[in-house]
Amino acid sequence: MIARDPIRLWLNAHLGLVYLFLYVPILVLIVLSFNKSGLPTAWTGFSTEWYGKLIANPKILSAAGNSLVVAVASTVISTVIGALLAMGLEEGRPTPWLDALVAAPMIIPDIVLAIALLSFYTLLNMSLGLHSIVLSHAVFNIAFVCMVVRTRLKNFDRSIVEASIDLGAGELTTFRRVTLPVIAPGVIAAALLSFTLSIDEFIIAYFTAGAGQGSTTFPMQIYAMIRFGVTPEINAIATIVIGFSFFLVLLSQRLNGEVAP
Amino acid sequence: MTRRTILMAPGLGYLALFLVVPCLIIFAYSLFERGTYGGIDYTLTLENYQRSATSLFARIFLDSVRIAGTATLVALLIGYPAAYAIAQKPRNRQMALLVLVMLPFWSNYLIRTYAWIVLLNNQGLINRTLQSTGVIDQPLPLLYNEFAIVLGLVYNYVPFVILALYSSISRLGPELREASFDLGGSAWTTFRRVTLPLTAPGIAAGAVFVFVLSIGNFVTPDLLGGGQRPMLGNLIYSQYLSARDWPMGSALGFILVVIMLALLFAQALLSARASGEGETRLAPQPARVAA
Repeated sequence: MIARDPIRLWLNAHLGLVYLFLYVPILVLIVLSFNKSGLPTAWTGFSTEWYGKLIANPKILSAAGNSLVVAVASTVISTVIGALLAMGLEEGRPTPWLDALVAAPMIIPDIVLAIALLSFYTLLNMSLGLHSIVLSHAVFNIAFVCMVVRTRLKNFDRSIVEASIDLGAGELTTFRRVTLPVIAPGVIAAALLSFTLSIDEFIIAYFTAGAGQGSTTFPMQIYAMIRFGVTPEINAIATIVIGFSFFLVLLSQRLNGEVAP
Repeated sequence: MTRRTILMAPGLGYLALFLVVPCLIIFAYSLFERGTYGGIDYTLTLENYQRSATSLFARIFLDSVRIAGTATLVALLIGYPAAYAIAQKPRNRQMALLVLVMLPFWSNYLIRTYAWIVLLNNQGLINRTLQSTGVIDQPLPLLYNEFAIVLGLVYNYVPFVILALYSSISRLGPELREASFDLGGSAWTTFRRVTLPLTAPGIAAGAVFVFVLSIGNFVTPDLLGGGQRPMLGNLIYSQYLSARDWPMGSALGFILVVIMLALLFAQALLSARASGEGETRLAPQPARVAA
């Protein structure tokens, strides 16, 4: 036991350093966003000036609006389709090749999905814009929703569905009164996660947005600002985005009661 | 139609249309020639794949493998002890510690990458601090090089490695390790001969994840590498959006998918073998105890 204690001490110190590594960069951005000078060099006093600048920037506001539209629309589509898919897959015999197809959008490199979808839309002569981003985001969101809802369904006692049907309830009534209430937390958690994924997604949106400034999403705007140079405004955006996604993820964890994959 | 088919039809239809068909299209494009004005010339050719082996492409490919490989190795070296440390904690605290690990992973990738620009650039926090304390005179070249790319990749993907390794490590009961200690194995021998082989599937899962996401990455080499070390992802990007050579970009995308599938297949084999071995190795024990 004595021999193992220094190891435990070392492991815990390592874990502490890993948390520092993960959180210091984020904390630096948050602190800097309130720095009057906006520069990382010196603290010149507390200020919310940079947040004010954000609200006055029409490009940022319109990009944020676009992202919200895209995220809501793709979340609605993928939550409905993905939850039904999950229910179908959990019924009957396991089908490994279908499982692989459904998991594929989660592991295929973003850049490959981006060029594949751009080629597809171009071949169809489809106009590009927010609608094509929505359709593209739904691809990986369906996979995500399906996975989260399936996890929920695996712990679901199927005999209560049979009981409901034996007692004379129809398919729809059984779904509405039995299945849905049981899987609802999983479905809501899945919806929150797909919203988060969609609002953060950059590369697929970048390829499928088309040329117009009107379909610039929030990550595309952030990317343009970062490429332009380090400006204090990005720190303020970062703080808002980090706060927002932490809130959504923690909420979804709470609902689903397990660690997100 | 069965109930199951009706439930699955919209989802499978959607994936067939927006995933399978587009992937088949780029595979087909990769076998055609580039048109004079950037379109597709529908003449069959293997030229795109032959060109991918030429020195320019091969160098970027090797750079990508080296950078992604380094990032994978570093992420495993950081992630393994961290996952091990979490698995040693009381059960009720493990979940909270894992959520804390995964939380940054869920915030915006661009912003997590941008944070490192703020820390690493010549006027950045690290250089300024070191200069003002007199440790260095000239700023260290921390940004826009391979070091920065590897750091950015490790930062972004280490949470997932920890999660994958944790699920593998936490499944190990303490019995085997205690048996090894009782039989006189040192801590190091026990780790090398017992813990490490049994957690190989978790290591493989985490490694494949980091490697695949790193090699196809576009944002990190672009923002932290400053375009100095383009990787496979940047190459595909530029073939599509700058060079307008879609067939070449498609061929590179297809190569990326093949690499990914090969690694996933190898990982599936490894974990199938490991679970098979685990069963044969562990199964006789209860019988022996019962006897």
